[in-house]
Amino acid sequence: NVSCQEDSPVFRFGRVTFMLNTSTKTPTGGFSFENTRRNAVLEANLSEKGYSAPNARKTGTTIAGLIFKDGVILGADTRATDDMVVADKNCMKIHYIAPKIYCCGAGVAADAEVTTQMMSSNVELHSLSTGRPPLVAMVTRQLKQMLFRYQGHIGSSLIVGGVDVNGPQLYSVYPHGSYDKLPFLTMGSGAASAVSVFEDRYKPNMELEEAKQLVRDAITAGIFCDLGSGSNVDLCVITEKTVDYLRGYDQPVQKGLREGTYRYKPGTTAVLTKTVTPLTLDVVDESVQVMDTE
Amino acid sequence: MNTRGLRSQLKDSVPVTGLCPQAGPYGVQDSLRRGFSSVKNELLPSHPLELSEKNFQLNQDKMNFNTLRNIQGLHAPLKLQMEYRAARQIQRLPFLPSSNLALDTLRGTDDTIGFEDILNDPVLSEVMGDPHIMTEYKLGVL
Repeated sequence: NVSCQEDSPVFRFGRVTFMLNTSTKTPTGGFSFENTRRNAVLEANLSEKGYSAPNARKTGTTIAGLIFKDGVILGADTRATDDMVVADKNCMKIHYIAPKIYCCGAGVAADAEVTTQMMSSNVELHSLSTGRPPLVAMVTRQLKQMLFRYQGHIGSSLIVGGVDVNGPQLYSVYPHGSYDKLPFLTMGSGAASAVSVFEDRYKPNMELEEAKQLVRDAITAGIFCDLGSGSNVDLCVITEKTVDYLRGYDQPVQKGLREGTYRYKPGTTAVLTKTVTPLTLDVVDESVQVMDTE
Repeated sequence: MNTRGLRSQLKDSVPVTGLCPQAGPYGVQDSLRRGFSSVKNELLPSHPLELSEKNFQLNQDKMNFNTLRNIQGLHAPLKLQMEYRAARQIQRLPFLPSSNLALDTLRGTDDTIGFEDILNDPVLSEVMGDPHIMTEYKLGVL
C-alpha cells in the first residue's frame, strides 16, 4: 500500500535509495499539501489497530467582551485543554493587535495564536502605510477575509475589541469567516454560560467597576459550568486614554489544602543493589523552576 | 483583498488540469522528472483546500482585473498586465533565490504578511533545484 508523490522519483540502487531532485518548479511559500495523502494512510492504519492520531490542542475556552460607558472590556479564562487533559493552567488568551485593539482567541490554540500575530503585523504595516491609527473594523475585515479563504480549516474564533476614532467597538469572528457586531459577545465552549449572565444583567453605558464585575461574573460562570474552561480570569480594559491588562484579575478556583501527608517514608522500599555511574559534565547554567506539587 | 463573489467564481474558474496526468513534452507520463503516476492521486485532491490554494492568486488577479475593467475601462487591466509581464521577464536564473520585489509591489503584497511569508519560506528550503535541469527547462531545450 504505497502512495506515490508526483514530485521527485525515488530510485533504489542496490541497497541505497536516493532521490533525484529533478523538479523544474521554483519553490513557493505557503501551505504545502504534500503529506496529506500520507497522513490519511497513516491514520487509516492507526485506526485499524485501535489507536487514534494526536489532535490539535484546543483552548476549550470562555471568552467575553462588553462595551461600557468609556470603552471596551475583554475577558477570558486561562485553561488550555488537549482533549480531556489540561495542557496549560495559565495561558494568555487575550492577544495584542494594536495599542488600542486587543483580541481574545478561542478554538485551536495554535491557529488563534498565529492568526492574531499575523493580524498584529499586518495592522502595523497598514497603519504605517496609511499614516493613521488602525480601526477595529479593518482588523475584523482582514480576519474574516483570511478565515473565509481557508474555509474554516483554521479553527480559531476570535473576539476583537478596541477603541478607535469611531469610539469603542466589539466584533466577533467565527472560524468560517462570519462576524457579528454587538454590544456584548461571548465565544468558546463556555459561551452559553457566560452569555446567560450577560443577558441577565447587561445595561448600556455601565460604569467601569460594574462592567468589570459583570465580565468577571460571566467568565466565572463559564469556568464553573464548562469543563473546558478553568483557572483564572483575565481582563483587559481598553479606554480612549489607557489600556489595563489585568492578568489574573480573579482566581475563583483555589486548590484545596491537604490535611495529611501522603508521602511514603524513606526506607519503605528495600534497596537490593546500587550502582553509581558518575557522568563528567560541566555545569553551564543553573535555573530553578518551582512546580506546584502538593 | 477582494473576496466578493469568490464562491461563485470558484466553480468555473478552477482548472482541473492541476491534477491531470503530468504530461511531459512528448505527451506521455514523464517518469524521470515527475515520478510514477497513480490514478487516485490525479482524480481527487488530497485536501479540500489544495485546489483552491493552488489557484488562489490566479483567481484573485482575475477578479481584480474584471472589477478594474468594469470601473475604469479596458486600458487599466491591459496596462497592469503589461507591467506584470515585464516584471516577470526580468528575473534571475531559475534556480537562484529571488525576492520578486517588483511583482510584489505591483500586486500590492509588499506590505502584507501572509502564510506564504511565514510557512515554507523558499529562502529556508533545504533542497535546491538542479541548476542544469532548471535552466534547460526554462530555455526549452529539455
